[in-house]
Amino acid sequence: MSDSIATSIILNGDPYPLHADTPLTALLERLNVRRMRVAVELNHQIVPKARYDETIVRAGDSVEIINFVGGG
Amino acid sequence: MQDTPFELGGIKFHSRLIVGTGKYRDFAETKAAVEASGAEIVTVAVRRVNITDRGKENLLDYLDPKRYQILPNTAGCFTADEAIRTCRLAREVGVGELVKLEVIGDNRTLFPDVAATIEAARVLVKEGFKVMPYVTDDPVTCLRLQEIGCVAVMPLAAPIGSGLGIRNPFNLAIIIEQAKVPVIVDAGVGTASDAAEAMELGCDGVLMNTAIAGAKDPLAMARAMKLAVEAGRLAYRAGRIERKLYATASSPLTGLIG
Repeated sequence: MSDSIATSIILNGDPYPLHADTPLTALLERLNVRRMRVAVELNHQIVPKARYDETIVRAGDSVEIINFVGGG
Repeated sequence: MQDTPFELGGIKFHSRLIVGTGKYRDFAETKAAVEASGAEIVTVAVRRVNITDRGKENLLDYLDPKRYQILPNTAGCFTADEAIRTCRLAREVGVGELVKLEVIGDNRTLFPDVAATIEAARVLVKEGFKVMPYVTDDPVTCLRLQEIGCVAVMPLAAPIGSGLGIRNPFNLAIIIEQAKVPVIVDAGVGTASDAAEAMELGCDGVLMNTAIAGAKDPLAMARAMKLAVEAGRLAYRAGRIERKLYATASSPLTGLIG
């Protein structure tokens, strides 16, 4: 986002506060999410696990974090 | 009598029973039922991580991906695009290329959208996925999916969760006869005899969830299904007798007293 008004991201469909650019790894740690159990989309693009450290989440971004649950 | 291994996308398995992990009381019961079933492949669903309650344990903490082949499904997807996106995400978790493709066409029957399933299968196969599509028990659809390069076809026996058993054994017989890839009956099994019947028809495997998870004693039913799949497979390989209208005596007709 070019303006600095946005102070949140859309995380799994809901607003989530994010006041500064944050590496994806740090966001996952803050959420207590283990990288080996999830997959992540940033703005509808899958982020390969190898790039979690270098990927920066910015205000206004859309982030999806999925995992496996019981299913048939 | 040594059976040939059950092979899916180049991976060999011994158990021909694939079980779902939904509808259990908790992960501990899920794990116990999977163990009792003897299954080596378990299906899972792909869902958003619960952000607000992070104390929750993860299913994979109970079902070690090193021990079990995890088979992510696309349950809940109503379009090819949704299913493709779900498969891509599932693969990124890191449990391999096998996916159970299901594109639902109708919420009440949960019957598959055949056109969308074929469309999604085409894309996924090109992207290197080993696709196992859930489909209607339609021989032509199964042929098309096989031609596209799916590693198995998974016709339904009856609607998902219905427990109605095999409603169309004749279609299944045609599908099995035509198939060059494993045929796995997916959905509709209600009890052990349904699973045995599928295997006796010549199916390569059976996939079920509700029949076990919804039983009064899921662990006992898991074991019953394991035995039924084994018994059905063995009976199929043993070669059953022809059906005859009249009796043929089992005891000698000569040497009778009198």
